Amino acid sequence: MEKALLKNLYYRMVKIRACEESFVEPILNGEIKCPVHLCTGQEATAVGICSALRKDDYVFGNHRSHGHYLAMGGEVKSLVAEIYTKKSGCSKGRGGSMHITAKEQGFVGSVPIVAGTISLALGAALAANVRKEPKVAVSFFGDGATGEGTLYESLNFAALKKLPIIFVCENNLYSTHLPVKEIRPERPIFEIARPFGIATSQVDGNDVLAVFQEANKAVELCRQGKGPFFIECLTYRMRGHVGPNDNIQGDQTDIRPQSEIEEWKKKDPIKRFEKMLLEEKILEEKELEEIKQGIKKEVADAHKLANEDIRPRSETLNKYVFK
Amino acid sequence: MRISVLVQKLLINMSLNKRKLSYGLAINEAMSQLMRKDPSVLLLGQGVKSPWYVGATCKGLAQEFGGDRVIDTPISENAMTGAAVGAAIVGMRSVILYPRMDFMLYAIDSIVNEAANWSYVLGGASSVPIVIWGIINRKGEQGAQHAQALQTMFAHIPGLKVVIPSTPYDAKGLLIAAIQDDNPVVYIDDRWLYGLEGNVPEEIYTVPIGKGVVRREGKDVTIVGTSYMALKAVKAAEILEAEGIDAEVIDLRSLKPIDEDILFASVKKTGRLVIADGTWKSYGAAAEISALVAENIFEYLKTPIKRVTLPDLPAPASRTLEQAYYPGEKEIIAAVKEIVKNNH
Ligand SMILES: Cc1ncc(C[n+]2csc(CCOP(=O)(O)OP(=O)(O)O)c2C)c(N)n1
Ligand SMILES: [Mg+2]
Repeated sequence: MEKALLKNLYYRMVKIRACEESFVEPILNGEIKCPVHLCTGQEATAVGICSALRKDDYVFGNHRSHGHYLAMGGEVKSLVAEIYTKKSGCSKGRGGSMHITAKEQGFVGSVPIVAGTISLALGAALAANVRKEPKVAVSFFGDGATGEGTLYESLNFAALKKLPIIFVCENNLYSTHLPVKEIRPERPIFEIARPFGIATSQVDGNDVLAVFQEANKAVELCRQGKGPFFIECLTYRMRGHVGPNDNIQGDQTDIRPQSEIEEWKKKDPIKRFEKMLLEEKILEEKELEEIKQGIKKEVADAHKLANEDIRPRSETLNKYVFK
Repeated sequence: MRISVLVQKLLINMSLNKRKLSYGLAINEAMSQLMRKDPSVLLLGQGVKSPWYVGATCKGLAQEFGGDRVIDTPISENAMTGAAVGAAIVGMRSVILYPRMDFMLYAIDSIVNEAANWSYVLGGASSVPIVIWGIINRKGEQGAQHAQALQTMFAHIPGLKVVIPSTPYDAKGLLIAAIQDDNPVVYIDDRWLYGLEGNVPEEIYTVPIGKGVVRREGKDVTIVGTSYMALKAVKAAEILEAEGIDAEVIDLRSLKPIDEDILFASVKKTGRLVIADGTWKSYGAAAEISALVAENIFEYLKTPIKRVTLPDLPAPASRTLEQAYYPGEKEIIAAVKEIVKNNH
C-alpha cells in the first residue's frame, strides 16, 4: 500500500482520538452538557470503513458517530461547535453530539434512536439502485442494535433487491449497562446475515488495515451490483457508555472489569498501527509527531472558535423544522 | 388560603401518616409491594437493573424477585412490548417500562393495534392487563429523540387508559391502580419529578384512574395542570395570590378517562380557564380540554380559554433554545393575567 494512504489512515485515527479526548474536560466541568458518546478505542472501524468510500456515497451513523463523521472528512470545527451546541455547529446547535451531519462529505447524518438509521441507509441504497448510480450506502450500528427487528427487515430487503449497502456492526461488547452476552445468545453477530444469503465477515475492528481491506472488498462488490455486505468489527470502547466514564451520572454503572479494560488497552488501534508504521519504516517518529501536533492545534483552535461562538438565539427556535 | 375538602382529607391523612418518600421511591414501593403480593406481576424493560437508566424506581426488584420476573431486556421495544401484551392476555399482569418515551415508538403496533383493540375485536374473550410505563426524560441538551412527551398520542386511542401522576402519593396510588386494572393503562411519569418528596402511606392503596384533584381552591380562574405542569400551576397560583389573583388549580392525574366533573365544576365557578400541559399544542391534551369546556359549559366562560403548552416544534438541543422551548410558571402567570386583567 502506498505511503500517502497509510499516512492518511493514521492521520484520521489520530484526529478522532484527539477530538474525543478533547471533550473530556469540558464535559466534566459542565461546559459541554449534551450527552456525548465517545468512540475512543473504536477509531480503526470508522477509519477502515470510511476510507474505502467516496464523498458521494451515503453513510448513516448512530449515537456514537463522531468517528464516522470525522473519518468521512467532516470538519473538526463544526463538530466541536455542535457538541457545545453553538450556532456554527454542523447541526446549528439543534442536535448536539447525537445528531451530526457532514452531508457534503458523504456523512448523511446520525441520530440516537438505536437502529433508527439502518433502514434509512437501506433507502439510500435503494435510491442509488433506482437511479443506477454506482454508490454505496453504509449503516453503522452497535451490537445492541442487533436486538431491533428493523435490522432483520432491512437485511431481508437488501438481499431481496441486491442493494448496494454495507451493514457495519461495531461490536464493542456492551450496550449501555449490559454486556453482549446478556442481550443475545452467544453466537457471532456476523452470522445473522447468513440466512439472508448476504456475504458476511468478522474482522478485528482494532486493526485498521484489516477493516480497510474488508471494506474495500465490500465496496467493490456493492459497486458491481453484488451487494449487500455485512461486516462485524470486533472492538471496544475505552470510555463509558456516555461521557468520559459511566460515573458522571452519579451512579456506578460501568460494569466493565478492570482486567478486560487493561487487555484492550494493549490492543489500542492507534498504538498498534503506529508500531507497524515504524517497524515497516513507512513513517518516522518525526512524521508521526508532526501529524499529532498539527491535529492538536486544529482541535485546540476548534475549541477556541466554539467558545467564542454564540448559542442559537431563542427567536430562531422555529427554524429548520421544514425546508 | 381556603382549603378544599380533598386537600383537608389529604392533610388528615398526612397527620396520621407523616411518612415521606421521593416520587421515584414511591413507584419502587408500588412495584415491590405488588410483586410480593401477586406472583402474576411481571416487569420487563431496558434498564430495570440500572439506576442510571430508571432512577430509584426499580431498586432491589431484580434482587428480590429474580431474573424470571424482572427482565432487563435487549433493545427490542416492539417484540418486548408484544411479549408483555401476550403474557398479559394469558393471565400475567405485565408492566413494560421504557426509560424514555421516545423508544416506545418502536412498540406502537403492539400498543395501539394489539393491546388497545384486543378485548374489543375478540368480543371480550380476553383482556390485556398491562401497564405501559414510559418515562419523560427531557432537557439536558438531549435533543428531539430523547425529549418527547407523547402521552396525548396514546390518549387519542380508544382502548387505552392514560395516567400522569405528578406527586409521590399519586405515583404510587396510580401505579397500583394501573397494575390492578384489567385493561391496558399507559402510565407516564416524568424524570424531573423523581426527586420530589411527599407523603406516601406505607400500605397498598390506589388512586382512582380517571379522577382529578383540586390542588388549590380559588375563584378567579381555573388552571388545569397535567403531569409536571400541575406543579408549575400550583407555583404560578402562589405567585398570583400575592398579586391579588385567586387561582384554582386542578391536577387531572388521568388524561383518559378525563375527569369532566372536576373540570366543569371549577370552570363553572371561575368562568376562566388556563390549561398548562407539557406536550405539543396542536391536537393535544389542552385542545381536548378546551373542546370539552367549549362544548359543554360554554355559557359559563367569561373570557377565551388560554393554552400554555410546548410550541409545535421538535425539542432543540442547545440550552438557549431549551430555555425558550419549555414553558413554566412564568408562562402560566402571563396567560392568567391576559384573561383576568380587565374582567377582575
Ligand atoms: C430505540 C432505542 N432504545 C433504547 C435506546 C437507549 N440507548 C442508547 S444507546 C444504547 C445502547 C446501544 O448499544 P450499541 O448498539 O451496542 O452501541 P454502543 O453504545 O455500544 O456504541 C441504548 C440502549 C435508544 N437510544 N433507542
Ligand atoms: Mg455496543
